[in-house]
Amino acid sequence: MARFLVRRLLFGLLVLWIVSGAVFLLFFVAPHDPARLIAGKLATPQTIALVNHRLGLDRPVGDQYAGFIGRLLHGDLGYSYYSSAPVGELLASRLPVTVSLALGGAVLWLLVGVGVGVAAARRPRSLVDRGGTVLVLAGLSMPTFLVGLLLLYFLFFRLHLAGITLFPPGGYVPLTQDPVGWAQHLLLPWVTLAAVTAATYSRLTRGSMLEVLGEDYIRTARSKGLTEERVVYRHGLRSALTPVVTQLGIDLGTLLGGVIVTEQVFGLPGLGQLAWQSVTTQDLPVIIGTVLVASAFIVVANLLVDLGYALLDPRVRPA
Amino acid sequence: MTVTALGQAAAGAAGARPDAIQGRGPWRLAWERLRRDPVTLASAATLVLIAAAAIAAPAVAHAVGHGPDDQYPDIGLTPAGLPVGPSRTFLLGTDNLGRDLLVRILYGARISLLVGVVATLLATVAGVVVGLAAGYLGGAVDVVLARFMDMVLSFPYLLLAIALVSVFGASLTISMLVIAFFSWAAIGRVVRGQTLSIREKEYVEASWSVGSGTLRVMFVEILPNLLAPVLVLATLLVPTAIVFEATLSFLGLGVAPPTPTWGGMLSDSLAFYQVAWWFPLFPGLALLATTLAFNLLGDSVRDALDPTAGRGSGGGDR
Repeated sequence: MARFLVRRLLFGLLVLWIVSGAVFLLFFVAPHDPARLIAGKLATPQTIALVNHRLGLDRPVGDQYAGFIGRLLHGDLGYSYYSSAPVGELLASRLPVTVSLALGGAVLWLLVGVGVGVAAARRPRSLVDRGGTVLVLAGLSMPTFLVGLLLLYFLFFRLHLAGITLFPPGGYVPLTQDPVGWAQHLLLPWVTLAAVTAATYSRLTRGSMLEVLGEDYIRTARSKGLTEERVVYRHGLRSALTPVVTQLGIDLGTLLGGVIVTEQVFGLPGLGQLAWQSVTTQDLPVIIGTVLVASAFIVVANLLVDLGYALLDPRVRPA
Repeated sequence: MTVTALGQAAAGAAGARPDAIQGRGPWRLAWERLRRDPVTLASAATLVLIAAAAIAAPAVAHAVGHGPDDQYPDIGLTPAGLPVGPSRTFLLGTDNLGRDLLVRILYGARISLLVGVVATLLATVAGVVVGLAAGYLGGAVDVVLARFMDMVLSFPYLLLAIALVSVFGASLTISMLVIAFFSWAAIGRVVRGQTLSIREKEYVEASWSVGSGTLRVMFVEILPNLLAPVLVLATLLVPTAIVFEATLSFLGLGVAPPTPTWGGMLSDSLAFYQVAWWFPLFPGLALLATTLAFNLLGDSVRDALDPTAGRGSGGGDR
């Protein structure tokens, strides 16, 4: 077990190193000129050279990369080209927003996805199965920005015109400052995330529930005279949830690194918005910082999922 | 071999003895189930209709007399410069530049289908080849390829896609390549898993023992057994690719204007939805109809072939 853990951790570090290296390279392959962007349109060549020098961009790529890795190993992610704020602080200030968004969304999509999946599996090919499946698939079939904007249009714009203001048009209020405002600001983003994600979970739940409900021990449970609810939820759903938990781990890992589109639509100042802004302004230290954080979440999530498997299922003993 | 051809082959084999109970293979069974399923029929019909619309785009443009990029500032815009609603001249209204929305939606179908299908084909071919090689060859090849697939799957892919597109500049080719690059590993992983178990079957050993080469065993003996899961995964990948293209357009990184794409039209319409409901509505409906039809079709095919199969990772451009 210890060997397995060490190997997976080393692989995770390799992934982080390759991803950050790739982004670094990509940035230098690109026909970019951050100094010109920073100095403005009317800047003289001297100003641009000065900005380049101050950012260290006039040094050879190899030197810059060595410097970057050296600082990274000391836990220093560098400073934003634009705001000059330390990248570490920028990331830390954005993290609570993204965590609130991802976790709340996960609760909603689990409720809807698993609910529809179980209902569908109890009566396969029935009207409930068909209707529920089409409904969640409609969410999956829409681009996230479209779902978000539809919600904003009907639940903010039209309600607002009618004189009712239930939801703000966007923005974020910290949980510690105002719990009610926090939920109000996040409810529509949560629904958006859940709408585009629930289908994955209902598919998984339906498939594994169908398999589990055909097992002998379910027949035994029924023949013992247990209520149907108890058979389905206590005996069936429990073991059917394994693939759902796996998917949840992977999804949360991906989302915690930034929910780019949803944050953009609802103006939430999370990691995704930071990533998007840094890409459009070619702010390399921030780009690399966000990519590293996002990849780290995915690596850790995968590790936890594998570990959970190995602990829960004796058949999956890592070699 | 196609589903129908397989079905006919099965029927032909059984036809030797007309009074015998007809043997029905899994493909045949699936076909029979799908043929009677209203949801499948409706999805298939929708897709045929959309493909026909895409093919007929130039003919329609000719019939109504408006090209996809023609602007009509006089009759296609209100005096205030806003889009005009559906009318006899412009059946589905116009967009913010006074272009015929109907013609642009039809031409957009070509781009969306092209992006969806080409990206899926690229991803499927790459995924199948890499997955087969990793699963069948094993050893060091497997370690390297499997780890590589894991790595691609652990990229924060929307973020990297945005970085890639902003570096190389938005174009149709880049959109398709980027979508394919972040999709093939999901297929590869499934193919590798299946290959690992098929490799141990007796008929593979038999083929190998009569002198078949590695390539022959991989592509002639093993590959046909993977058709079902690959077909389902590919069908489900098309809508993901179409949605991904729309998302790139929304972020301003889609196919460059004036090329009409549904995602591009949707993101153009965002500034106008309060005054021109038709502008976001019709491209949105076209996109939803296409992606929903692909998703429903993929789900039904999978259900018909194997009611308990799972799907790899879900769509994730959130």
